[in-house]
Amino acid sequence: MPNEWITQQGERVSLHGEWTLRHYAELKRALQQQGQLSSASLSLPGFEELDTAGAALIVELLGVEKTKQIGDWANDLPQVQQALLIRIAEAMDAPLDSPPPRPNRISEALATVGQQMVALGSQQRQLLAFIGLVLATFTSLLFRPRHWRITATVAHIQQSGLNAVPIVALLTFMVGAVVAFLGATVLQDFGATVYTIDLVAFSFLREFGVLLAAILLAGRTASAFTAQLGAMKSNEEIDALKTLGLDPIELLVLPRVMAMLISLPLLAFVGMLSGLVGGAVVATLSLDISVSQFITTLQKDVSVTHFLVGLSKAPVFAFVIAVIGCLEGFKVSGSAQSVGAHTTSSVVQAIFMVILIDALAALFFMEMGW
Amino acid sequence: MTERYSEMPQQPERDEAVIRVQGLVNRFGDNVVHEGLDLSLYRGEILGVVGGSGTGKSVLLRSIVGLKRPNDGTVEVLNQRLSESQRSQVERRFGVLFQRGALFSSLNLQENVALPLIEHAKLSRQEAEYLARIKLSLVGLPPHAARQFPESLSGGMVKRAALARALALDPDILFLDEPTAGLDPIGAAAFDQLLLTLRDAMGFSVFLVTHDLDTLYAACDRVAVLSQKRVLVVDTLENVAKTNDEWVQDYFNGPRGRAAQRSAGPTSSQE
Repeated sequence: MPNEWITQQGERVSLHGEWTLRHYAELKRALQQQGQLSSASLSLPGFEELDTAGAALIVELLGVEKTKQIGDWANDLPQVQQALLIRIAEAMDAPLDSPPPRPNRISEALATVGQQMVALGSQQRQLLAFIGLVLATFTSLLFRPRHWRITATVAHIQQSGLNAVPIVALLTFMVGAVVAFLGATVLQDFGATVYTIDLVAFSFLREFGVLLAAILLAGRTASAFTAQLGAMKSNEEIDALKTLGLDPIELLVLPRVMAMLISLPLLAFVGMLSGLVGGAVVATLSLDISVSQFITTLQKDVSVTHFLVGLSKAPVFAFVIAVIGCLEGFKVSGSAQSVGAHTTSSVVQAIFMVILIDALAALFFMEMGW
Repeated sequence: MTERYSEMPQQPERDEAVIRVQGLVNRFGDNVVHEGLDLSLYRGEILGVVGGSGTGKSVLLRSIVGLKRPNDGTVEVLNQRLSESQRSQVERRFGVLFQRGALFSSLNLQENVALPLIEHAKLSRQEAEYLARIKLSLVGLPPHAARQFPESLSGGMVKRAALARALALDPDILFLDEPTAGLDPIGAAAFDQLLLTLRDAMGFSVFLVTHDLDTLYAACDRVAVLSQKRVLVVDTLENVAKTNDEWVQDYFNGPRGRAAQRSAGPTSSQE
C-alpha cells in the first residue's frame, strides 16, 4: 500500500518521509493499515525528518533489541537518526508506566470520611495548643515592656483596623437601613412603626454591629495574616527566625493578635453607630420619624447594657480571628498552592467560629437575662 | 496534520544561523542593559552565554524568546524577523527551560509534558501521555516519577522534568537558563552529559545561560561573554579564555576556572 510514509515493493517494505509529531495520527493509521510487518524485510533508507514521536513509533514497530543494533543493518540511515532511534529505544527499554493501584471505591470513601474526622479533631487540638502557646508567650512578655513590638502592632492596627473603617461603616450603614425597612414593613400592620427605632437599636447594639465587623475582618484580616505568614513560611523566613534564636510567636503573632484586640472593638463601635445612622436615615426619610425623636427614643428605651453586651464579644472574636489566621499561616508547607489552600481554610474557619461563638453568647446572655 | 505546522519556516541549512540578534537595545527606565548587542546561534551548536550578575543574560534570553519586547534592534529566528503574528508559530520550535523549572504545580509530570502535545499537536490524552512518558524516560527519570507532582521532587528531578517539557514538541532551539544551578556536582555533570547526548541524537541548537564553569567546559561548543552592555567576545572556549579583559581573565583563569579546566582536561567531552 503506497503512501507518503510506507512503500511496499514485493517483499521489501521501506519507511521514509517525515516521521514527525505533526503526522503522528496519520502515521499510526498508516501502520495499522499496513498490518503485520516482518521486520526482516524492512529497509530504512533515511527519513526526511525524524523526531522523537516518529522514532517512538519505529521503535514500537521494530522492538527495542533490533533498534539498538540499528547500525548493523540500516547503513543508509544518517548517523543522527540512528543515534536518535537508539536513544529512544534505550528510553523505552525501561518500564514506562507504573499505574497506581486502584482501591475499592467504598473503602476509599470510608477512609476519606475517617481521615476528615481525624483531621478535624487534630485541627481543633492544634488550635487549642496554639491558643495556649500565644497566651503563655503573652503572659511571659507582659512585664517585659522591652519585648513589646509597638511598631509592628501599630502597623497592623493601621492595616487591619484603620483601613477597614470605610468598608465596615458602609456595610453596617446599609444593613441598618435594610433592617429599618424590614421593621417598618412588619410593624406597620400593628401601627407600631415607631418601634422600628427599638428594632434597629437592639439588633445593632447587641448583635449586628460587632458581628458584621467581625465577619468582615475574618474575610479581610484572617486571610491577610495567613497569606503573610504563609509566604514567610514557604520562604523559610520563619525557620530563619528560629535559628536566630528569635520567637516567631513574639515577633509575628502577638503584634497581630494585639492589633486585632484593639481594632475590632473600635470597628464594632463604628459599626454600631453607622448602623444606627442607617436606621435613622430611613426613619427620617420614609417613616416620618424625626431625628430628635429617634435620639430621644434611643435614650429612653435602650439601656446601656445592650451596648456593653455587644461590645463584650468583640475581643473574643478578635482573638479567635487573629489566632486562626496566624495558625493557618504557620501550617503552610512548601508551595504557593498551599498558601492559597490555607488562606481559604483560615477564612472559612474564622467566619464559622465567629458565628458559632455569637450563637452561644446569645444563648448565654438570654439565660442571664442581660 | 495541523496546517499551522506546514506554514512554518523552512529548515535552514547547516552552519546557518538559527538565531541572529542585531543591534539589540534593552532598557529598564534609565538603566541600559543592552546597547547594540549582536549575537548569532548556529544550527546544532551549544552556545554558552556567561557574564557577571546584572549583565543581562536572562534579559537577552527573554528578548529572543519573546517574553520581553526589545527597545530597539532585530531578532531573526530561522531567517525570519518575527512580527507578533508569526511569533506563536515559531515559539513552538523553541523549548525553554526556566531557572527554577516552572513546572505547573497542579499537574503531575506526565501531564506537564503532555500539555503542549495535547494543545499543539492535537493528540489524544492517552497518546500524549504515552509520548510524555517516553520523554521522561529519555531525560532519565524513573517510571514512577511520571505520576508524581512537582512539589514532591528534588531539584535535579525538577530540572530533568522541565527539560522533558522543553523537549515536548521536539524544538529546533533549546533555551536553558542556568540549568545546573542548585544541582550537586554529580547531578550537574549528569545533566551536561544528558544535554550532549540529546543534542547529538536530536540535533537541536542550544542557547545556554550559565554560571557553571564545568558546564562550559563539558558541554559548550562556543562561549559568548556579555559585558559592557554587549557581547564582548564569542568564540571557542580556548580563544575566549585568552581574551585580554579583566573580567574574562578573572572568570576563566581564577581558581575555579582553572579547576574546571583541569577536570575537563584531556578527557574533554567535546568529542
